[in-house]
Amino acid sequence: MTDWIDVLIVAIKVVAAFVIMLVATLMLIWAERKILADMQNRVGPDRAGPGGILQGLADGIKLFFKEPITPARVEKGIYLLAPILALIPALLMFLVVPIGRPFSIGDREITLQVMDLNVGLLFVLAVSSMAVYAVVLAGWSSGSKYPLLGGVRATAQAISYEAALGLSLVPVVIYEGTLSVAELVEGQSGQFFGIFPAWNIILLPSFAFFLMAAVAETNRAPFDLVEAENELVGGFHTEYSGLRFALFFLAEYINIFTMSALAATIFLGGWNGPTWDGALPASVTWIFPILWFGLKTFAIVFIFFWVRATLPRFRYDQLMELGWKRLIPGTLIWMIFVAIALAFDEFGAPWA
Amino acid sequence: MGLIGTFAKGLAVTFRQMFRPRVTTSYPQEKRVKPQRFHGRHVLNRHADGMEKCIGCELCAGVCPARCIYVRGADNPPEAPVSPGERYGFIYEINMLRCIFCGLCVEACPTEAITMTHLFEMSTTDRAAAIYTRDELLVNEDGSANHAQPEGPLIDLNELSISDGWMRATAPSGRAAYEGIPGWTPSAGVGLRPPEQGQAEPPEPEEDA
Repeated sequence: MTDWIDVLIVAIKVVAAFVIMLVATLMLIWAERKILADMQNRVGPDRAGPGGILQGLADGIKLFFKEPITPARVEKGIYLLAPILALIPALLMFLVVPIGRPFSIGDREITLQVMDLNVGLLFVLAVSSMAVYAVVLAGWSSGSKYPLLGGVRATAQAISYEAALGLSLVPVVIYEGTLSVAELVEGQSGQFFGIFPAWNIILLPSFAFFLMAAVAETNRAPFDLVEAENELVGGFHTEYSGLRFALFFLAEYINIFTMSALAATIFLGGWNGPTWDGALPASVTWIFPILWFGLKTFAIVFIFFWVRATLPRFRYDQLMELGWKRLIPGTLIWMIFVAIALAFDEFGAPWA
Repeated sequence: MGLIGTFAKGLAVTFRQMFRPRVTTSYPQEKRVKPQRFHGRHVLNRHADGMEKCIGCELCAGVCPARCIYVRGADNPPEAPVSPGERYGFIYEINMLRCIFCGLCVEACPTEAITMTHLFEMSTTDRAAAIYTRDELLVNEDGSANHAQPEGPLIDLNELSISDGWMRATAPSGRAAYEGIPGWTPSAGVGLRPPEQGQAEPPEPEEDA
């Protein structure tokens, strides 16, 4: 029987997750511009707040008060729907990510995760592939050639890299034997040989494949052919302005944050890390798992920005070649290798 | 492997840059030191006794490649001469929207009447205000110059009293032979100046050098 406290807890968690994502977005916009500026020997944003830390907020407020222009030749219903469609999957994906150690109040155990689905990873993959609809529909409904080209590119790119994204996670699932994200994190607690943390990073090729596919899934440089400023003006969001553009922007940064959080959770042990439970009082130690999670997430986010500062955009054929001729065969071979290795480990050699 | 190696090399390049000094500055708070020969806004100078140096010869207007200078000369009123010569520039206008800051007017001027300063912050909100007239161009008797905008975070009016280095290096009073001889215009400074790079230390001032 569900009593009202359970409902309340879930409601609080949902709101908290929403707030975390919005704050993370504001920080990411600032962090991205600062990191890019650092790598380009520039100062970067420094006007809004100390060190420009309120830059994201300033951008948001500006976009909020701008006029949302609806061009004459758009397919109105879908045109208005697309930004919302972009945001919803972005928000949904984060719900299965545990950001800290579960704790208990009274006899009730509270997980720092909105919902621990037993098919968590499948949910993530399903929702992440829905995000491409927003891009395609936005491009198509804009009634303009560049958005359409962006939308068409999004279709091809999503199909190519969705497969690689899913396949790169299969070895992890075989290795851990679970699809639940919370159990994945538990499976990564402890150490190998008492020294190295028992993270899934030992499945290094999986991690690399996942990162590449994640960058492509979030349409970030060097896979940002969908928006390709120099070729397609702004790609799918060319005809969007004001708050509608802000929604696309928000969705993109939430996607970066969520993908990084997922990579940190799946491969870097999530909130696992030294908490000094005995040495420090419990009122202090609860913060450490959240801190570790944040740190690992930021490390992955940094890679996103670092790669953006380093690599030029792929050509379209290079994108397809990398996806179909490298990533997908690579993930398949690696998956088969892991499966065979684990089977040997479990059942012994078939000829023995 | 070659691909991964190249990729890692690229990442290393961008990562290294994070520890390099920044080449940009937070502009109005930190201004860069301008080169000595910076070409900024013009001023019209006066002699030390307060007379205007401009003699209304219109050579500056003639040489101006952007045709942004408009000068009309008039005869000096005998009872109250404005300039030491026969004529003076009674209309003097520079359209700053057309000016390309080449400094040819400064070179052409036979009396060092027009010089350039280090001030370049002179944006306006309408085109008419971009035409500088005698009121703004002519320096006051104390050597200060008027400016359309008030002093603020962007505008440092002290820059108006720094003359451009070309003037100092090539004008008669800036040549080595004239070292130590006070002869500067108010905008270019009054009295003795420290020597420019390449000039000798000024000799002791001699009587009737």
